[in-house]
Amino acid sequence: MIYFWAFVIGGLITAASQVVLTYTKLTVAQLLVILVSLGAILNGFGIYDRLIDFAGGGALVPVSGFGSSVVAGVVQEVRRLGWEGLFTGVFELTGLGLAAALVFGFGLALVARPKG
Amino acid sequence: MSAATVAPATKRVGKYTLAIDQVRIAQRATVVGPREGAGPLGKWFDQVEQDHMAEQPTPEKAERYFLKQAVQLVLKKAGLSPDEIDFFLSGDLLNQVITSSFTAREFGIPFFGLFNACATFGAALTLGSVLIDGGYANRIIIGASSHYQSAERQYRYPIELNVQRKATNQWTVTGAGAALLARDGSGPRITMVTPGRVVDYGLSDTNDMGSAMAPAAADTLLRHLSDTGRSIGDYDLIVTGDLSAQGSKMFRLLAKDAGITLGNTHQDCGVLIYSQEQQPGAGGSGAACSTTVILSYILSEMENTRYRRVLAIPTGALHNPLTASQGETIPCIAHAVVFEL
Amino acid sequence: MDPKRYRQLVQERAPKPNVVRDATRAFLLGGCIALIGQFVFDYFRLIEPTRGEAVAATLATMIFFGAVLTAFGVYDKLGEWGGAGAAIPITGFANSMVSSAMDFRRDGIITGLTSKLFVIAGPVIVFAVVVGFIVGLLRSAFLGLFA
Repeated sequence: MIYFWAFVIGGLITAASQVVLTYTKLTVAQLLVILVSLGAILNGFGIYDRLIDFAGGGALVPVSGFGSSVVAGVVQEVRRLGWEGLFTGVFELTGLGLAAALVFGFGLALVARPKG
Repeated sequence: MSAATVAPATKRVGKYTLAIDQVRIAQRATVVGPREGAGPLGKWFDQVEQDHMAEQPTPEKAERYFLKQAVQLVLKKAGLSPDEIDFFLSGDLLNQVITSSFTAREFGIPFFGLFNACATFGAALTLGSVLIDGGYANRIIIGASSHYQSAERQYRYPIELNVQRKATNQWTVTGAGAALLARDGSGPRITMVTPGRVVDYGLSDTNDMGSAMAPAAADTLLRHLSDTGRSIGDYDLIVTGDLSAQGSKMFRLLAKDAGITLGNTHQDCGVLIYSQEQQPGAGGSGAACSTTVILSYILSEMENTRYRRVLAIPTGALHNPLTASQGETIPCIAHAVVFEL
Repeated sequence: MDPKRYRQLVQERAPKPNVVRDATRAFLLGGCIALIGQFVFDYFRLIEPTRGEAVAATLATMIFFGAVLTAFGVYDKLGEWGGAGAAIPITGFANSMVSSAMDFRRDGIITGLTSKLFVIAGPVIVFAVVVGFIVGLLRSAFLGLFA
């Protein structure tokens, strides 16, 4: 069942984004920023975590999942370290992905050429 | 000094138009990329490169390669060396007009770099004609270029970014054209030019430049007709630069509003250069769009006597990414040039 | 023609976007990428000790997929077909970084590739961190974690 909901929720978030892009003047960059912030805020209310429980990858994979993971990491680290966790926690869950993006991005851009 | 003591400008027609005497397109050459070569006009171009990068390491160098090839081809066809040319007038879309300036470095011909965005070729035709008609030059080479990848880099997004193109988006033409303007020779004559004004109807959507440019094209067309007392029927063809499908639609509406029915007389280089199967969005654009289409297909069909009198109106959008992100509207320009057999 | 009237006409005559088709494609592509993410998440839930670590590993793996598909020139075609279905998943975020780096590779490693990595991804990271910080602070306070 989780696979069904992952597909449907992931699809709904991107389809809704498509509709927003069509009917508003928002650019993709602006929408990404809005979604990532929205994910963080919804996690603050404890909603996004529940959506991940329900839809797994469907909630985790859209960039809103990235914003939510920042908050999840901060709370997790504050629990462990106190106020220092506000800073160290930011990259607790997302740092692995960011470092991966930097390393792979650097390496691949060295060898691959745009095809167009 | 009172106005009466100054001799009147005798070569003007009406308020804006200039009459040109004895200037011909003596030679011309077009070099394009594989996508343009595979399009409906493929057979009209002199040279089609198999690689859009032309084996160059950067898109900027590739664009320069196209322009240099075009200039060399014109010189070769005419049997002239660079020191027999009085001026090189050329422009492109890249910052500081680098394609043209860097190409001019190779030839040692007195040079002016021009920028009127995609209408640059119209400016080159106009200024070249005036220099020759004014007795300041015998032979001038004019040129213009653009390249899909260098233009994307300057104006839009990384090539491999996941961007979904809109129906009104246009595709920048990869290629360059060059022409030899001279008093002698047998090519089509340039008989009149109507320089463009900068027109801005307050549009700011950079995904629909055709609609932004259409008012500039209409403005120039109307001023040209009013200056010369001519009507659409006096022309076999009115060809705009890169209004594309969307812009052409708007151009026809603007003309109709002024009481002019364009009918089949109007065509657009941006619409002509790609087929629908090539998915170019609304059509081609870029400084090379009007340049390569006019210098190949249009002028060849004139020499085949299919067209005897053509009004060419290259169009250009004069914004840059900075003004766009600052929310400014898009100022546009269009120059009209009359070609006759 | 009056510019105001013309702007009105441009809007009226604009080509109508095919919203149903575009949204359907975005749904299918976004759904498929999310489903792949679910499989990856399942795998890491098995081998990682905590859910947090499984989340981190899933995000990194999806970013890797996006980066590789970009290098092979596939991801921009996914975007052309599926629009937001390619742009909104975290794989699209990776695509924005790698595509910028690839484009500017020719301008040098320091002045080009590495400085342009964040041209599109930068705002996303900054907003994620700043908003995440503020929300994390409020949530931690709400949960009484500073006591």
